Amino acid sequence: MTAAIEFRKVTRSFGSVRAVDDVSLEVAAGEFFSMLGPSGSGKTTCLRLVAGFELPASGQILLDGVDVSDVPPYDRDVNTVFQDYALFPHMSVVDNVAYGLRVRGVAGDERRRRAHEMLALVKLADFGERRPNQLSGGQRQRVALARALINRPKVLLLDEPLGALDLKLREAMQIELKGLQRELGITFVFVTHDQGEALSMSDRVAVFDRGRIVQVDTPRGLYSRPRNSFVAEFVGGANVLSPKLAASLLGIAKPVAVRPEQMRIMSDGATAEPGWVICSGTVADSQYHGATLRVQVRTGDGELLTVARPESGNGEGATRTGSTVRVAWPRASVVELEAEHA
Amino acid sequence: MIAARGAVAAAGGWSRSLSSFFYRRPNAYLLLLLIPPLLWFGTVYLGSLLSLLLQSFYSINDFTAEVVREPTLATYKQLITQPAHVDIVLRTTTMAIAVTIACACIAFPVAYYMARYASPRLKTFFYIAVLLPMWTSYLVKVYAWRLILAKSGMLTWLLDTLGLGPALDAALSTPVIGGPTLASSYIGMFIVFVYMWLPYMILPIHAALERVPRSLIQASADLGAKPGQTFRNVILPLAFPGVAAGSVFTFSLTLGDYIIPGVVGAPGYFIGMMVYQQQGTAGNIPLAAAFSVVPIVVIAIYLTIVKRFGAFDAL
Repeated sequence: MTAAIEFRKVTRSFGSVRAVDDVSLEVAAGEFFSMLGPSGSGKTTCLRLVAGFELPASGQILLDGVDVSDVPPYDRDVNTVFQDYALFPHMSVVDNVAYGLRVRGVAGDERRRRAHEMLALVKLADFGERRPNQLSGGQRQRVALARALINRPKVLLLDEPLGALDLKLREAMQIELKGLQRELGITFVFVTHDQGEALSMSDRVAVFDRGRIVQVDTPRGLYSRPRNSFVAEFVGGANVLSPKLAASLLGIAKPVAVRPEQMRIMSDGATAEPGWVICSGTVADSQYHGATLRVQVRTGDGELLTVARPESGNGEGATRTGSTVRVAWPRASVVELEAEHA
Repeated sequence: MIAARGAVAAAGGWSRSLSSFFYRRPNAYLLLLLIPPLLWFGTVYLGSLLSLLLQSFYSINDFTAEVVREPTLATYKQLITQPAHVDIVLRTTTMAIAVTIACACIAFPVAYYMARYASPRLKTFFYIAVLLPMWTSYLVKVYAWRLILAKSGMLTWLLDTLGLGPALDAALSTPVIGGPTLASSYIGMFIVFVYMWLPYMILPIHAALERVPRSLIQASADLGAKPGQTFRNVILPLAFPGVAAGSVFTFSLTLGDYIIPGVVGAPGYFIGMMVYQQQGTAGNIPLAAAFSVVPIVVIAIYLTIVKRFGAFDAL
């Protein structure tokens, strides 16, 4: 089966900066694929390369097995939901949604009918005659989605579409987007810097760092088997122990990752369970997060470990700043990482 | 505590208490800021406009040449029934329309290039190039143009050198707009008007185009619009308020100008010249006022039409 999207050694530079550096990837048809990374990591440029707003300096981009490296955006069977929604301010909502049909020469009645269908799909059936500036952020988001879906593209590209929404709306939209994707069977490529968003919605996630893809995996794989310290820290904020500390505690001369929620602060006098690793240090700081308390413990070598302790309070121990504590975690929860990439 | 606050206020003196007075009453502050411009706008600007309107409803006694201060429509009747007056209005309006269309056609590509393609450096160059002519005296420019357009002037010479002399002769032999030389024809006057008002068209169009987000253009292409369709459906409608604003400038400036028609072009009167002559030499203030009302009415009609076309929908 041909991939919906395929990158073959794609590079795109801006001046001396390689925004996308020798990236190869495949996205399967019908997949919910996320591109995750900090800002400036090349994920948005990758998306724009798929849309055709950027052209690769070298390498090939294939859509459904066809090389589209030089094809302009209007000839690609791909549609985009923009970060700022990019709704046309001089058109009504229904005209915005129908725009893709209008430029393809679909007759007025037909395109209005289909635009209204699309609006019903995103639950904005009664908003057709409004102007974009009369809508809330969440509603504009839905209009942008309806507009991008009306041409029934093979691939839908979403450029941080939930970034401007508040938390509650964002969570509702995540569920809705995922449902829509399942219903329509369209390949979704979702760009985000929010690891929670990427993990909760995606079939697979590509993690970007400095123009390269560091790891492509399922959300579970990414979380439980990060390849290197960048992925371990960026996805879920794991503690990365230096090879030196790992060697002294575990006998492994490689960086290793341990999730904060795997770690415990032991109460005074408690003995370690078998198969647990213990490291002592002093409490440097702590923050209350509602469900959890996060405590930073500085080890003897000056490395900082973050322990996430449920507020309900299992494994109590002193968390006053400056107090000496012992941090313990199960040996089995340690993930070995690749040595630091250049 | 209260004593401490008092001490702070005392330390700050009256300027501090004044500051806090206005801080607590933002409306008073706003009022203070707005009074001078409102006074100016209300009395000097709107007041004189109203007095102008009022004057146009007076008439002049033909024998004593004195203004009769009684409301009448006689002056307006005179304006629209005398063929010479109607000619002046039509001549001026036609010229204003032609100049506006020409300015829009020339300005749009320049503004489009400035807004979408020019590098920051080139953009600065364009800004200066567009504004530089405005640093020169208006009169100097008009008289310079008379020399350029004269019979043995630079433009004629240039066209002759390029072998386009016959084309110029053909244009000048066209009835009405032609004439013995460029400097004494409506074509020449038209060229000078277009030159003079072009910056007033370029800058608003540029500002409107600059405000069109790149993502809108990309969204249009993304949805399948070819560049031509994107231009017609997205760029042009969003730039239209700029064109409308620019055209109000070029249109009203042409309607009101009284120097260019006097220095360059055929001898026929224009509205501005007529106003100048009627209120100056002839002393017929009511007729001058009535003529001044014409551009206001024409602009009002023009704006209504433009609004119908949806020029301001994107604002």
